[in-house]
Amino acid sequence: MKLPIYFDYQATTPLDPRVLEAMLPYFTEHFGNAASRSHAFGWTAEQAVEKARGQIAELLGASPKEIVFTSGSTEAINLALKGAAEMYSEKGKHIVTSEVEHKAVLDTCKHLEQLGYQVTYLKPTKAGRVTREMVEAALRPDTILVALMWANNEVGTLNPIREIGALCHEKGVLFFTDATQAVGKVPVDVEADHVDMLCLSGHKLYGPKGIGCLYVRRKNPRVRLVSQMDGGGHERGMRSGTLNVPGIVGLGKACELCRTDFDKDLAHAKALRDEFERRVFASLDYVTLNGDADHRLPNNSNLSFSFVEGESMIMGIKDIAVSSGSACTSASLEPSHVLRAMGVGDELAHSSIRFGFGRFTTREDVDFAVEQVVKAVKRLRELSPLYEMVQEGVDLSTVNWQGGH
Amino acid sequence: MAYSDKVIDHYNNPRNVGSLDKGKTNVGTGVVGAPECGDVMKLQIEVDGDRIVDAKFKTFGCGSAIASSSLATEWIKGKTLDEAMAIKNTQIVEELSLPPVKIHCSVLAEDAIKSAIADYKSKNEAQDSNAKEARS
Repeated sequence: MKLPIYFDYQATTPLDPRVLEAMLPYFTEHFGNAASRSHAFGWTAEQAVEKARGQIAELLGASPKEIVFTSGSTEAINLALKGAAEMYSEKGKHIVTSEVEHKAVLDTCKHLEQLGYQVTYLKPTKAGRVTREMVEAALRPDTILVALMWANNEVGTLNPIREIGALCHEKGVLFFTDATQAVGKVPVDVEADHVDMLCLSGHKLYGPKGIGCLYVRRKNPRVRLVSQMDGGGHERGMRSGTLNVPGIVGLGKACELCRTDFDKDLAHAKALRDEFERRVFASLDYVTLNGDADHRLPNNSNLSFSFVEGESMIMGIKDIAVSSGSACTSASLEPSHVLRAMGVGDELAHSSIRFGFGRFTTREDVDFAVEQVVKAVKRLRELSPLYEMVQEGVDLSTVNWQGGH
Repeated sequence: MAYSDKVIDHYNNPRNVGSLDKGKTNVGTGVVGAPECGDVMKLQIEVDGDRIVDAKFKTFGCGSAIASSSLATEWIKGKTLDEAMAIKNTQIVEELSLPPVKIHCSVLAEDAIKSAIADYKSKNEAQDSNAKEARS
C-alpha cells in the first residue's frame, strides 16, 4: 500500500489516465492555435475544441454553443457574477447568494458591493441547505441574479437547485449555480433544472487543472454578459485569450467519462463513504455528521470528533490526506465559515475533518482509514482534558473558560 | 505545515500525560484556553516544600499546543516554584522552533504553569490562614 492515501477528492482529483491519453497529442503533434483559420494546424485544434464542447454540453444537457471555456471555476464565477451585474445594472443592482458559498463567490460579491450593488447573503439551515422559500423571501423587484452552489465543498450539502431554478424563471431573475463539486456526482440537466449559468472545473472531475467552463444559456432567456477579459474576442466575445487546447481536450474527455461512468462512479464512492461512516460511528462515541444526511454528495463525509482538535487529528492520521475545518489548518486562522454559517459551534468546527472518496479509492484504503482514524481519536482523547471532564460528568458549556485567544 | 522534529517527537511521545488528584492540597491545577478557540491545556503540579516533584498535563489543541505543554511539564519537574514561574514562552518557542502562528501555543503553556502555581499557592495560603485562625 502506497502511503499517504488520498482522501481529499473535494480539493482536487487525480487525472484519469484515459484523460491524459486524450490530451497528449495536443501538446506536441497537434499544437495549433484553435483560432488559426488559415491552415490545418488551426483546424485540427478547433475540431478538438468543438468535440470537447460537445462532450461537456452532453453531460450538462446543454448546447455546445453555450459552453465558454475559462481557466476554472473561479474565473467562471467572476465572469458570471461581474459580467451579469454589469450587463443588467440598469434593471437592478441586487444579488442573492448564501453565506456558505465558496470564497470565489463571496469575494466577488464583496467586490460588487463596493461598486454599489446590494447583496443578500442567505443563512442556510443547520444542515447547510438553502430553500426555495428563503430565496423567494429575499427576492426584490431589483434582484437581477441568484447565485447558489449546487453542492457545498465542505459538507457536501445539496441545494434544491431545480426548485430554486424554477422560482427564478417564474420571477424572471437569472440563476447561476456553482456546480464545481456537483458535476459528475449528481445528475445535472440545465433545462430541467432551470439553470441559466453554471460553472465547473476540470480538476474536480479527473480532468486537468487550469481549465473549466461557464455554461451560459442562449435561449429562454438568452443570457448576456459583459466580458471580463478583453482581447481577441474568443468564446463569442465573452472570454478572450488563446484557448488551452490540451486542457480543453482533457476537460471534454473527463466530462465524457463522468457521463459514461456515472452510475459506476456514484455507486462506488457512496458504498465506500457509507462503509467508512458506518464503521467510524460503530467504533467511536461523540462523532457528529456535519451537513445534511439526506441531501448530500455521495462522496463526501464531514465529521466532527468532539474533544479532539482538527490539526492534531490530521497529524495523527498523517498517512491519509484529508482536510479540516479547524482554524489551525487554514491560512486565515478562522474556523470554517461554512460550519459557522450553519451554526456549528466553533468547538465542533475545530474538531471537523472532511473525508472525500472517489474513482480511485479502494476498499483497502477505507479499511486503513478507519483504523487510522479510530486509533488517532482514541489516543488524542486520552490526551484531552475536555474528554476527561465529560467522562467526569462536567457539562462543558457551563465551564467558565479562562483565557484563550 | 511542516513541524519541527521536536514538535513531532512530543506529539508522538508526549511526556507526563495524565492527571493528579486535584483534591490534594499539595497539587495545583491550571486550566487555560477555551474549546471554541481550539486550545485547552490542563497542567498539574505536585509540590513538596517549594519544589515541583511531579507534573502532568492534558491538552486539547494542535500538535504545537500538545508539544508546548508536554515540554512545559518536562521543564518544571524538579524545579522550585520560583524557577518554574521564571519560564518564559519565548524559551518554549525557541526549543520547539515554533512558527509565528503557533506562538500562542507557547503563551498558553506559560499561562498554564503560572495558573497551576497560583492554584497551589491559593490553596495553601487558604490553609495557612485557616491554620492561623485556628491557632488564634
